[in-house]
Amino acid sequence: MSHHYLLPEISQPGKIGCSLPALDVPPTELPPKELLRQELELPEVSEVELVRYFTALSKLNYGVDTGFYPLGSCTMKYNPKWHEDIAKLPGFASIHPLQPEESVQGAMQLMFELQEYLAEITGMNATSLLPIAGAHGEFTGLLMVKAYHQDRGDRARKKILLTDSSHGTNPASAVMCGFEIGTVASDSEGNVDMKSLESAMNEEVAALTLTMPTALGLFDPQILEISRLVHERGGLFGADGANLNALLGRVKFGELGYDYVQLNLHKTFSTPHGGGGPGSGPVCVKEHLADFLPSPLVTKNNGRYNFVSPAKSIGRIANFCGNFGVMCKAYAYIRSLGAPGLKEVSENAVLNANYLKEKLKSYYYLPYDRICMHEVVFSGRRQKARGVRTVDIAKRLLDYGLHPPTVYFPLVVDEALMIEPTETESKQTLDAFVDAMKEIDRDVEENPEILHTAPHNTPIRRLDDVRAARNPDLRWHMRS
Amino acid sequence: MPSPYLPNTDADRSAMLREIGVGSIEELFQDIPERLRHAQFKLPSPLSELEIKKELSRLANRNVSLDNYACFLGGGSYRHFIPGTVEHVIGRSELYTAYTPYQAEVSQGTLQGTYEYQSLVCQLTAMEVSNAGMYDGSTAAAEAAIMACVITKRGKVAVSTTVNPTYREVISTYVKGRNLSIETVELNSSLSSDCACLVVQQPNFFGYLEEMEAHVEKARDIGALFIGIVDPISLGMFKPPGHYGADIAVADGQALGNPTSFGGPGLGVFTCRQEYLRQMPGRIVGKTVDVEGKPGYVMTLVTREQYIRRERATSNICTSEALMALAAAVYLATLGKRGLRQVAELCYHKAHYAAEKIANLKGYSLVFPKPFFKEFAIRCPIAPSQINQALFKEGIVGGLDISHIIDDSMLLCVTEMDTKEEIDKLVEILGAF
Ligand SMILES: Cc1ncc(COP(=O)(O)O)c(C=O)c1O
Repeated sequence: MSHHYLLPEISQPGKIGCSLPALDVPPTELPPKELLRQELELPEVSEVELVRYFTALSKLNYGVDTGFYPLGSCTMKYNPKWHEDIAKLPGFASIHPLQPEESVQGAMQLMFELQEYLAEITGMNATSLLPIAGAHGEFTGLLMVKAYHQDRGDRARKKILLTDSSHGTNPASAVMCGFEIGTVASDSEGNVDMKSLESAMNEEVAALTLTMPTALGLFDPQILEISRLVHERGGLFGADGANLNALLGRVKFGELGYDYVQLNLHKTFSTPHGGGGPGSGPVCVKEHLADFLPSPLVTKNNGRYNFVSPAKSIGRIANFCGNFGVMCKAYAYIRSLGAPGLKEVSENAVLNANYLKEKLKSYYYLPYDRICMHEVVFSGRRQKARGVRTVDIAKRLLDYGLHPPTVYFPLVVDEALMIEPTETESKQTLDAFVDAMKEIDRDVEENPEILHTAPHNTPIRRLDDVRAARNPDLRWHMRS
Repeated sequence: MPSPYLPNTDADRSAMLREIGVGSIEELFQDIPERLRHAQFKLPSPLSELEIKKELSRLANRNVSLDNYACFLGGGSYRHFIPGTVEHVIGRSELYTAYTPYQAEVSQGTLQGTYEYQSLVCQLTAMEVSNAGMYDGSTAAAEAAIMACVITKRGKVAVSTTVNPTYREVISTYVKGRNLSIETVELNSSLSSDCACLVVQQPNFFGYLEEMEAHVEKARDIGALFIGIVDPISLGMFKPPGHYGADIAVADGQALGNPTSFGGPGLGVFTCRQEYLRQMPGRIVGKTVDVEGKPGYVMTLVTREQYIRRERATSNICTSEALMALAAAVYLATLGKRGLRQVAELCYHKAHYAAEKIANLKGYSLVFPKPFFKEFAIRCPIAPSQINQALFKEGIVGGLDISHIIDDSMLLCVTEMDTKEEIDKLVEILGAF
């Protein structure tokens, strides 16, 4: 059942969903009428109707708690329930960002320690927890790149190099920092094409951003040569660390030669994705970039925690000190796993992905047939040749009660199916997914219609995107 | 000890390795140069759920929770009543453990909830369209300024001196990032004709109400867009940006059902005129039908977005604050038209009660004798920091010290959370100086 009615249809004059206190002070005269609002049309619903409405909506949703969610690049791992309770402790949730520092030392300690843990985990020297999501972290990192070169008096570096498999936020973030984009090709193995990098890496390049493992789910064995080349030619080497899950507790970005990395706490550190946020995208940097970090940072002096602004800070990137609620959960995660636990995370994430790769590669085309990291990218081209598109495969998976992988990304793989099982899934779950994928492949031959018309068992069937974009209906109206 | 989050057994792992055809997990990391593959990590030893909960409760208790203190602090993060419905709805794990609704057929909860959010925000602001939310009020304002530059093809952003200083800094970071320029302007002076937009906050940073119509007209006169930064709760009683002609209106939506949580997560509310829809940053949800003609919701106008358009996208934003937007929707629906008006009026009357009492104290005065909503600046007889210390000893978190902007002044915020008793106590302590 989909949900046909909206709030205005439940609304009836005179209802309300909560009670409010009466005014306990003498009223003041209202300000001049020109400043006031005449009408305010919001729905009026009782508490029970409201709760039933939103509960009904929640039942139309699929989350990690519902089932397998192998959405590549998004690291949809299970999120421990008790972390939610931690972030809701009154000492964390009910504190104001502008309270005197001495009244929030506990929160600042948590932030300080998280800064340190993330620097240690990435092999960097300093961390800013301010960025609110991964893309915001990319933006922050690139502003620092710009400030770093300007500080050295080098104003010619106007370009950021990216690989052709990079995530869409990478070029978009570079443009927001006033950079031009240069693209480096991937070779037939899925690694950086060194010739392409060699010719692109000149004195106009401010930095190379390279996701590691790459968006193809592969670790590039030339990593040290890449880093050497970029540095020799005066550039900085930045990591989009969204794929840290593959390296956790085992490899440090700093030791790979990176100058900075942005992380996604809502992926790697097991904080839930919230249907599209809140996230948190800390940036960890080496010493030579530390002075450029955004303001404020938490420091510790004589056992007291303070907010400070780094010497050559790029300034403020958001209103307060980042998504603190998300930090609480990531902190709890790191403390419950420790170094050995983090290593087990990456081991199991990589094991699960390689298992799926082996089990599925005789059914789906594997463009890069080598050991993968935490995710594996297949191509639906064999199925496409038989008349079924990757989107059909994805939609059919929904009928099995499974969330599909990421599709059509990375762009360098035709009909891409990007599968990231994560470490929190069992072999049983993976086997059920494999069975579904095999049956779907069989249906490509035997019953393609069931794929073209999928999904069949979902609350709603395939939706008309073209109509949505052509005649945008983006809100309801309610008038008195 | 087995891990609660790693469901595979040793037997599973062995079977999987056999299937893959490698002898050990170690071999799966063979692409990583040998010497980089065994980094050492200095982290605290792992602890159990019980131990961490205890430790973090202790850490949380080192903070002064506003559940136990009276509080008159605002300045961009606000303590408002959060009805029980909000936490329970957003606590449904089908909602909070999902991600961006790429697969609409199994994401109608998130999508329809977002459509409700967009609608409620449009009703509240009287603006034509809303996106699904941004990071916070300050980044929403910054992205609005950049959007105005794109629309007008001009390179300069004018921001009123009465906009929250932190917002001004964030706007500056974003604008300069794009190699555009920013100018801080006095609202009573004239605007240079090359400005792309004028950014004004209502109520302004000091709490009082600006004459928005006049400022809109000033922007209009030079062909610039007008961007309003508003307090969403104030819209329960004050004129919304759509009624005074704002082209883009943004807000921090934290006040709409989200705790202060040390400043985050917040929510960037972003609305604009329909004609600028295709230049708008962020996700947008639209209503459509499925193959059987049933109504349903999808992410739409995605060709504005980074995952489709890459460097030509209107913004880099991807993960945003979807759950906070849902909280805002539940909040607005719970309060409804009466409730929101009532909350706004409670703030208004209590703030004015406090202001009048304080202004009558010897040595204190209101800095601006102008209409205000829930925040107001007072000039104090001594340094506000000293007053705040005294208040703190008595269980009150005082106002925001703004003496670096206006001598000996503090910005007080009074909301429906503050009782008459607490206000009277505040006044009494202030009166002792
Ligand atoms: C590889 C990669 N980089 C960057 C991002 C952007 O992160 P966020 O969505 O938190 O902004 C993502 C996530 O979608 C990603 O998968």
